[in-house]
Amino acid sequence: MTAARAAAIVLRKEIRAEMRTRELLQTTVTFVIIVVVLFSFAFEPTAAEARRYGPGLLWIALLFSGSLMLNPSFAKEQSNDTIYALRMAPVSPFAIYLGKMLANLLFLAITEAVLLPVFALLYNVSLWPVLGRLLIVLFLGTFGIAVTGTVFSAVATQARMREVLLPLLLLPVLVPLLVASVEATAELFADAPSLDRTWVAVLVAFDIVFFATAWMLSDYLLEE
Amino acid sequence: MKNRWLFALIIAALFAFAGYAVFFIAPDEATMHAIQRIFYFHASSGWAAMEGTGIVFFANVAYLRKRQPKWDWLAVSAVEVSLAFWSVVLVTGPIWAHPVWGIWWAWDWRLTLTLVLWILYVCYLVLRTLVADPERRAAVSAIFGIFVFLGVPLDYLSIRIFRTQHPQPVLFGGPNSGLDPTMVKVFFSCSALMTLLMILLVIERYRLERLRYEAEEMRLVIEERAETKSQNREMQRRTALGG
Repeated sequence: MTAARAAAIVLRKEIRAEMRTRELLQTTVTFVIIVVVLFSFAFEPTAAEARRYGPGLLWIALLFSGSLMLNPSFAKEQSNDTIYALRMAPVSPFAIYLGKMLANLLFLAITEAVLLPVFALLYNVSLWPVLGRLLIVLFLGTFGIAVTGTVFSAVATQARMREVLLPLLLLPVLVPLLVASVEATAELFADAPSLDRTWVAVLVAFDIVFFATAWMLSDYLLEE
Repeated sequence: MKNRWLFALIIAALFAFAGYAVFFIAPDEATMHAIQRIFYFHASSGWAAMEGTGIVFFANVAYLRKRQPKWDWLAVSAVEVSLAFWSVVLVTGPIWAHPVWGIWWAWDWRLTLTLVLWILYVCYLVLRTLVADPERRAAVSAIFGIFVFLGVPLDYLSIRIFRTQHPQPVLFGGPNSGLDPTMVKVFFSCSALMTLLMILLVIERYRLERLRYEAEEMRLVIEERAETKSQNREMQRRTALGG
């Protein structure tokens, strides 16, 4: 079986499991909306203020919900004892990682699909004119979160206090990604919106480097 | 044993010389004067810290490939020693920045990344406390350590790539970026010294970690023996009662 096919099977399994309970999506989507509402108390969300703080807020909300959502990715295999089945499966660990990573990417994208209109509405930001370019930045940033978060989800599963540990490990590692995403988004929210090449390049570089590292280390992720 | 004391003594003597060189041999900087002299310790500690994280990265990769506990001992030793040097960097930086910039801290790439790396290596140590099994602990922290190390080259290059509040590189920085030749000599003496100190500390910490590991193994054996002994006694008691 090729890695791509194995990854597709893992992805289908993740989607099917999620569609049966919808546990992950309903909690994450609710959480991300709570974060957006709570941030409105930190400053007066007028258009000018929102333009200043909006990008940071958007990405902090995504990062928080990501660190929350990625935790069960491997933890549920552990608690259901299905991790042994994954270990025994005659496919490369990278394929399993890839399937899980794509599932997390998809779930994060669904969260964003809910978050964006709510954010635009509550903070009075018009996203429509820059939507295409914003989606590029969102994709690059979310890809980085999913790539790194899926690895660290597997790492945190091995430790005690894993629910607290995952944000501890994940959030600081994602700082360069956060900075680049926020700056690129801020350029899009400016009066004369533009897609900043430098920050997009930083995002692409981050994604490539972290994905390559995850690929090289994937053999060790499912070990006992 | 003797060699280690000799090594430590040589480093102490070199430190005395470096202190003298920094304050009496290095020329006064034209605009910053005395406060500039902190640079010799600040930047050399930064180099030692980065070299230390290089050792961490090497040990992490070696552990994942070879699975020998010694690489894990080396990794954790180098993390702790590097953290000490990062701390020196993060303390001496603001001491210099306050009179020169007028502020203690600026959120540019160099400062932010250095602080984040410091936090990440603390997280590395926190992660280690939360995994009980020694082999799992070593493997998991090696994976995390490799990811953390990805930030180190970026931190090193940040003052070359981005426009930062932090001064631009004064060594290997291209034309018109150089230091006074005497300053260069004093700086390289200091950074060689800091590297030696870093190596000495890593060696000492490694010995400690090995002893700790051996003590842990022994304790496990003793506990196991004590348990079998008490089980045996219990069995004897029962057979005696039953018989």
